[in-house]
Amino acid sequence: MKQSLYAGVAVAVMALLPAGAQAQGTVKIGIISAYSGQFADTANQIDNGIKLYMKQHGDTVAGKKIELIRKDTGGPNPAVAKRLAEELIVRDKVDILAGFTLTPEALGAAPVSAEAKKLLVDMNAATGIITTKSPYIVRTSFTLNQVANTLAEWAVKKGGVKKVYTMVSNFGPGIDAEQYFQKGFKAAGGEIVGSVRMPVANPDFSAFVQRAKDLNPESIFVFVPGGAQPAAIGKAFAERQMDPKKIKIMSTGEAVDETAVKALGDLALGRISGWHYDYNHHSKVNEDFVKAFNAEFKRNPDFFAVGGYDGMHLIYEALKKTGGKADGDSLIAAAKGMKWESPRGPVAIDDKREMVQDIYIRRVEKVDGKIVNVEFDTVKGVHAE
Amino acid sequence: MTDIPTVAPQLYLQSRSRWRPIEIVFWLATLLPFWLFPDYLSLASQIAVASLFALSLDLILGYAGVVSLGHAAFFGLGAYTAGLFSIYVWGEVFTGLIAGAAVAALVGYASSFIISRFRHLTLIMITLGLGLLLHEAANSAGWLTGGSDGLQGIEVWKVAGLFSFDLYGVTAYSYTLGVLFVVFLAARRLINSPFGLALRGIRENFVRMPAIGADSNSHIRKVYTISAALAGVAGALIAQTTQTVSLEALSFERSADVLVMLVLGGAGRLYGGLIGAAVFMIARDQFSGIAPQYWYFWIGILLVVVVMLLPNGILGGLSKIFARWSRR
Amino acid sequence: MLPPVFGVLFDGIAYGMLLFVLSVGLSVTLGLMNFVNLAHCAFAMLGGYVTVILMRDLHWPFFATLPMAFCAAALLSIVVERILYRRLYRASDLDQVLLTIGLAFISVAIAAWFFGTQQQPITLPSYLHGSFNVMGLNIAAYRLFLIAIGIVVTVMLIVTVEHTRFGAQVRAAVDNQRMARGLGIDVDRTFAITFALGSGLAGLGGALAIEIVGLDPQFAFTYLVYVLIIVSVGGLGSIGGSFAAACLIGVSDIAGKYYAPQLGAFLIYLVMVAVLMWRPAGLFGRR
Repeated sequence: MKQSLYAGVAVAVMALLPAGAQAQGTVKIGIISAYSGQFADTANQIDNGIKLYMKQHGDTVAGKKIELIRKDTGGPNPAVAKRLAEELIVRDKVDILAGFTLTPEALGAAPVSAEAKKLLVDMNAATGIITTKSPYIVRTSFTLNQVANTLAEWAVKKGGVKKVYTMVSNFGPGIDAEQYFQKGFKAAGGEIVGSVRMPVANPDFSAFVQRAKDLNPESIFVFVPGGAQPAAIGKAFAERQMDPKKIKIMSTGEAVDETAVKALGDLALGRISGWHYDYNHHSKVNEDFVKAFNAEFKRNPDFFAVGGYDGMHLIYEALKKTGGKADGDSLIAAAKGMKWESPRGPVAIDDKREMVQDIYIRRVEKVDGKIVNVEFDTVKGVHAE
Repeated sequence: MTDIPTVAPQLYLQSRSRWRPIEIVFWLATLLPFWLFPDYLSLASQIAVASLFALSLDLILGYAGVVSLGHAAFFGLGAYTAGLFSIYVWGEVFTGLIAGAAVAALVGYASSFIISRFRHLTLIMITLGLGLLLHEAANSAGWLTGGSDGLQGIEVWKVAGLFSFDLYGVTAYSYTLGVLFVVFLAARRLINSPFGLALRGIRENFVRMPAIGADSNSHIRKVYTISAALAGVAGALIAQTTQTVSLEALSFERSADVLVMLVLGGAGRLYGGLIGAAVFMIARDQFSGIAPQYWYFWIGILLVVVVMLLPNGILGGLSKIFARWSRR
Repeated sequence: MLPPVFGVLFDGIAYGMLLFVLSVGLSVTLGLMNFVNLAHCAFAMLGGYVTVILMRDLHWPFFATLPMAFCAAALLSIVVERILYRRLYRASDLDQVLLTIGLAFISVAIAAWFFGTQQQPITLPSYLHGSFNVMGLNIAAYRLFLIAIGIVVTVMLIVTVEHTRFGAQVRAAVDNQRMARGLGIDVDRTFAITFALGSGLAGLGGALAIEIVGLDPQFAFTYLVYVLIIVSVGGLGSIGGSFAAACLIGVSDIAGKYYAPQLGAFLIYLVMVAVLMWRPAGLFGRR
């Protein structure tokens, strides 16, 4: 015991490498994301978007070399995200914070961005309040009200649906989706016939789907996080013989993402969703993007990837505008009012530092033997409120 | 066990409670980051919190043989209490710590009546179950806890009215290290008291201790309550120094991580949790800096290597090696 | 027309059978050698990936991949047992926990490295898709298949353990290891084989689980809690106990979600804590 403490001290003083000096003419970007754990795939797709943008546009902009430093939060942990943000700023001397897979990460880093006056680019986390926590935050993903509210209004006004049953995951984004959808649906004159919140860690949906079926609603709205659950709940619908062609099953994009519709096959046909990006979106910009993405990573991009891609675009364009000045005030001023053609369609950054973008209403169809989401209606220029 | 006394218990306890030079060196070394690694003080502060949390688990696991996979429940209770305290009462930090400790101790005391009845896998699973139930409850009580977005609006005052929490983590590390040291002194005293000796007896033989006049159940209830309070202090510290609390503070992952840290360092040794937390978190920070997507491969290798080369944790293995070496 | 309670029972038992196949191996190895193998679900994950690779890249039929999933997990477990686990049979529980958690970490990283972090969907043969009606009861084909597999596995295990020489050795070793050794039973070999069988079943479970719960590198951890619940509720080393626990947990999970959805996430933990407080050694446990 006694001697072992000598070793203990040795370990406590274990070598920590001091930070390297900052090179002249570089802009450092600290990426804070959940690279490991349950949300690793989200973080990886964002990262792929970032990598692709830098490959296409070079690593030098406005005479500055762009350098990335990646940090892993391991999951929705605001304390770690805050510490990483602090370390990136004081130790690595980064100029910009970016990434943010999950809302708690963004909320943890937000005060650091405010205090250090550094631009923070939220490339995914979708809770409304994030951008209010620091004047230097700009979001290049979407907010849930943008999608859920728009889909709800569309459903009543154009979709011919008057009654809906909502099923959401019982956590922040799910509850947001439920509230915005119900608000929009009621405001447009529809009626909510019932709702259920399902546990986030939920391996089996059959009971929830059976409950919904017992009520025999005209339509159903679903929100589940991406990953294993979209396919699982889709299969539960199919097993219960709830045909999307008879009962309108609506959702945000996660529930009919590429993995889910591939796993479901024909069973997904007829599912309706409102969303801001799909790899099947028809535009020259997107087709090039999807092709390049596949060449690089051998998979299709998703909305996470496009969030990272657009986030890098915003950083590059802002740096061009400021002539390489990387302080928070110059960059955020340059970001506001920016407009560009993204793979998702025309987008802009408004005064509230949120994305203004088109929301597409899509239906799952079979095109050339492939099961894909087909856009059949567009709500243009939706603000994040 | 090498710890079994062969002399009169009083003399043994006296010898144990004497400060050894190496311990003084250890605590002096904890001050080194201020000069050597001033850029790493935020990390150092979170290591201090993890050390405190691991120390609290060591009291029940290492000394009383109570293996818990739900210890994050008390960490989370302390964190949420301190966070809510700063929102609804005031932002003074020391009273916040006490509030966090008190709530965690209260819940710890209540649950100790269940805990003390069970051993082995059953005990692990009951602590796991209770921890997960609390996690779900906090998720459902979004009006109070902020749900999965985390608690919003935590604002704490300057420590002692003088030092505000800064970007560099100078205040955070000074504050957490100070609290860790004070708590450590208390834990050290506790362990080197007759009560601590009785706990080790319970760990070695739960049934025989009552026969020599130490009621196993009541001892376990006491130490479980104390351990819960200390875990609550650790949680309160993280809430105050980062001004964030989220469901992660209550999660199974946090319970599992602290168990791994403690066992890695060496359970049943006061410094085991401290060393384990430092090694685990520094390794994690360095590995994830190199390979953010695959760092757990290297952490996994580290754990396997430690088990193979240093049984009973780093301190346990090293003390055995040193013992063999000095005998030669 | 049958009332909905039959539907709940059917779905619950089907889900329970999946959990049973995933967890029974761990129950037996824990009961037999007191070895805490938290990397159990890593073997299940391996089985899942074997099925995915064989189906997607080599276009094997689903059924043909299942024995391969079993064999791959069983073979790997023999290697791991030889190299690592065997050295730690007499070590403390805590060292075993540390080692096996370390292995689970490594397995997650390896899976992420080779297969990426995305979900791995498979396309089942059409006769396992969809469902049919029996007296108003909705029977999903895949769930019926799961129940069938669960029953076959249980019968085979019980026959093996109750009616073969090997089974008698396993029972003897579980009951009194020292005595079994004294009688000349090679307990180490018995354990190695049991361990391989248990891991193989986990591999099979991993392959079967893809359709219900999906597959990604986190699988090694996500279902660990469920597996531990089944093992502890059933009682260590008891096949019948694991079977009963899996049915109980499966049915109460589905019933809770159906009848009281606001309790959805709480119920299986409540059931576990309640059962363990009533019977600390689990439903069929003896210690």
